[in-house]
Amino acid sequence: MKTPTSTLATVPSAESADRGQTWLEVVHGWVITVDHKKLGLMYILYGLVFFVVAGLEATLMRLQLAYPNNTFLSPQVFNQLFTLHGTTMVFLVGMPILFGFANYLVPLMIGARDLAFPRLNAFGFWLSAFGGLLLYFSLIGGMGMTGAGSAPDVGWFAYSPLTAKAFSRGHSTDYWILGILVGGFGSIATAANIVTTILCMRCRGMTLGRMPLLVWLNLVMCGMVLLVISPLTAAQIMLLLDRFLGAHFFDTQAGGSAVLWQHFFWIFGHPEVYVLILPGFAFASEIIPVFSRKAIFGYPVMVGATVAIAFVSFGVWAHHMFTVGMTAVGNTFFAISTMLVGVPTGIKIFNWIGTMWGGKIRLETPMLFCIAFLFQFLIAGLTGIMLAVVPFDWQLSDSYFVVAHFHFVLVGALLFTIFGAVYYWFPKATGRRMSETLGKWHFWIFLIGFHMTFDTMHLPGLLGMPRRIYTYEAGRGWDLLNLICTVGVAFQGVGVMCFVVNLVRSLFKGVPAGPDPWDAWTLEWATSSPPPEYNFAEPPVVRSRRPLWDLKHPTDPDWKYE
Amino acid sequence: MPAASTANSRSRPISGSGSPSWIRRVQGGVSLLAAAPDPALIPSIFQPESVPAETIHQLSLFVLAVTAGIFLVVFGLIAYATWRFRRRPGDDGREPPQIYGSNPVEMAWTVVPLLIVVVLSLATARVIQELQNAPMPPSAVEVEVIGHQWWWEIRYPKLGVVTANELHVPVSDPKERRPTHLDLRSADVIHSFWVPRLAGKTDLVPGRQNRLWIEPRRTGLFLGQCAEYCGTQHAKMLLRVVVHTPEDFARWVASQKSAPGPVPDPVAPGRRVFEQTACINCHALDGTIADGRFGPDLTHLMSRDTLGAGAVANSRETLKEWIRRPDRFKPGVLMPAMNLSDAELNQLVDYLVTLR
Repeated sequence: MKTPTSTLATVPSAESADRGQTWLEVVHGWVITVDHKKLGLMYILYGLVFFVVAGLEATLMRLQLAYPNNTFLSPQVFNQLFTLHGTTMVFLVGMPILFGFANYLVPLMIGARDLAFPRLNAFGFWLSAFGGLLLYFSLIGGMGMTGAGSAPDVGWFAYSPLTAKAFSRGHSTDYWILGILVGGFGSIATAANIVTTILCMRCRGMTLGRMPLLVWLNLVMCGMVLLVISPLTAAQIMLLLDRFLGAHFFDTQAGGSAVLWQHFFWIFGHPEVYVLILPGFAFASEIIPVFSRKAIFGYPVMVGATVAIAFVSFGVWAHHMFTVGMTAVGNTFFAISTMLVGVPTGIKIFNWIGTMWGGKIRLETPMLFCIAFLFQFLIAGLTGIMLAVVPFDWQLSDSYFVVAHFHFVLVGALLFTIFGAVYYWFPKATGRRMSETLGKWHFWIFLIGFHMTFDTMHLPGLLGMPRRIYTYEAGRGWDLLNLICTVGVAFQGVGVMCFVVNLVRSLFKGVPAGPDPWDAWTLEWATSSPPPEYNFAEPPVVRSRRPLWDLKHPTDPDWKYE
Repeated sequence: MPAASTANSRSRPISGSGSPSWIRRVQGGVSLLAAAPDPALIPSIFQPESVPAETIHQLSLFVLAVTAGIFLVVFGLIAYATWRFRRRPGDDGREPPQIYGSNPVEMAWTVVPLLIVVVLSLATARVIQELQNAPMPPSAVEVEVIGHQWWWEIRYPKLGVVTANELHVPVSDPKERRPTHLDLRSADVIHSFWVPRLAGKTDLVPGRQNRLWIEPRRTGLFLGQCAEYCGTQHAKMLLRVVVHTPEDFARWVASQKSAPGPVPDPVAPGRRVFEQTACINCHALDGTIADGRFGPDLTHLMSRDTLGAGAVANSRETLKEWIRRPDRFKPGVLMPAMNLSDAELNQLVDYLVTLR
């Protein structure tokens, strides 16, 4: 059952292409490449490097918070760390990794040879890469040429007027603005590219209704990116005008509005959460069917729910602002719109369970991560409902409960599916399988660490501990809980180490994978591992949502039922 | 200009200095409250002692019950599906029956969540209306709270009282209500007023005027702190609310209104030091030329429990250390060290401790 009787894999492996080159030639080849697969891998690698950086930043913060009145870090350093950690995780880890997977997988899954605009793709990657470097350059150049380094310390959502010249001297905030601004242009370029590719470059027979769900979710995600980056960019340019040319958009001392920034930021920031989580849904929507050995349950409903989530997510931004003093009517509107997101999201969870129902579930590493994702995303959704209940939010907002909630979304849901996706598509990208043993060690240790840290983290929030404090008073019931959170980080660190070791080891010593190691059904498994530069020797033709199922089951193909 | 904002020195709780061991650190923190951890001082949202917090508490229990129900059902489904449909050893390798979906089932799990959303929305809307649009009774105490980096200015315009960081309010009897209505503003960046056992939080936004009310039903001390990141010392912008019996509250108001008497001779040099250094640029003190607004009003300095918005307990020794090196208790604080000579410092502290 491991090897299907026939596949479309008729092309030779691409490995031979790099042979006989000097090291410099190989690097040069990667730098000048416009190949969507190489750019995809570079995006992912770039994201993983920053993932380790941001993880270390989190570790330092947790060490500081292990005990009350700790003096391990100064407040200035702590404030820079949480600003960098948040900014890095969203803009330099989440976005690049997700764009990396979209880059790598979308053309393969729709039977195309590359993205619509390969050079624009390279341009987008390098803009994002240099944006990240610019942000981190602030560590040496934040005070300008004359002073010491100073990273931004205004928090990842940089509320005005804390970012005004009067309260944020030096240039660290300018580095924050420019780094994100430059990366944002890269994101817009790549998103436009992916949307165009999906709309124009599908192979014969692949109607919109036959696209794999991953492609659908990335189409919606990239459409959202096109809409949400612009308000952020606009607000950042306004802030630059405030800081350098004496404008007063957000300068409250000259009649500007502090709340205006929050509206701009969250009309970006909330859909951004869905921009990050939709690709997570996408990975789960590919992995769960293959490992349950069943077609996805309710494909049209899954697509509809995705579009509904995207639509509603543009009308919920002010639920981040329930404490700024909106009117009762405004608060009620955003409470209801926020709860409504729960409906299509719930539909998705039920459909994934429906896919597993009646299947033969293979509990291998990618699937383990996806099952944990379902469980953790359920909790994240339920705490999200609590936060949507405005009066409850007046207590929970800006406390550690919120920190726990969004880490359940971004770590418990998104990062778990990313891990699953790496295990699932690593054989395709490298031609070798990752170690299943190390993978399970990684899963279980990381799972324990995650729950130690983030389950516990809800509680100090309920006991009145606000977020973003570099230290806290003893005797408020927060001490032991914070210590447990910190210990959990050690487990997560060991888990990530297992992952990194597994990656590196499997890259050189992994078992050869063959074109279709998981016995899967989408087009990327129809070409060799790794795929050649041109992806497919001949453009494929498909008749259903699972072209490889049709090939493997010629007597009972999907297109009879769809 | 306050020069201390980029300073980098480490603070150490005064009683914990000398020993680096973690036990001493914990004790050092605890000693700040001058007692072992007291359950009554844990600012838990589940132990409300004031009307708005109690209303929120009841709503939150309802929401927790609903979400717990959803959790049990869906978690059960995930766990059951994983266990029941896992591939067993000795599997024949054939693919299971392929099922592509079911409209009635989809309908069911769309409609049921929608109904839950309707119920939660109605409950939410009702409590929002009840808390946010509550009228202010004529008996209410009115207080202005103005957020500063990193302390609270507290003014009672109708009572003529000005203080800082420690809000004093009367207890409210259900039969004879006496809530406290707070008028929240900011002098610089956004802060947020949060005393979990009394009410949910509301932001202090520069250029805006927000309102919040509390109606404590029990006397005692309630702890809170700034809940919106506001810069370097966001962490040490602590808040204490003291709820008095009506009689005690009247006494407190009277003591805060009393003008300082003539300065006794022994401390007169200290007052001269105060008036001749930059203290007067930022602080106000009735009966002197000092009328600054950047720092807390010092007229009744020694009536307050803490210094530096809760950074350290208020006593002669800590006050002296605070003036000598404010950074020690609160790194990054905007109050600069005045570099007074030892003699001047002693004279100044001798004077300040008379301000009760």
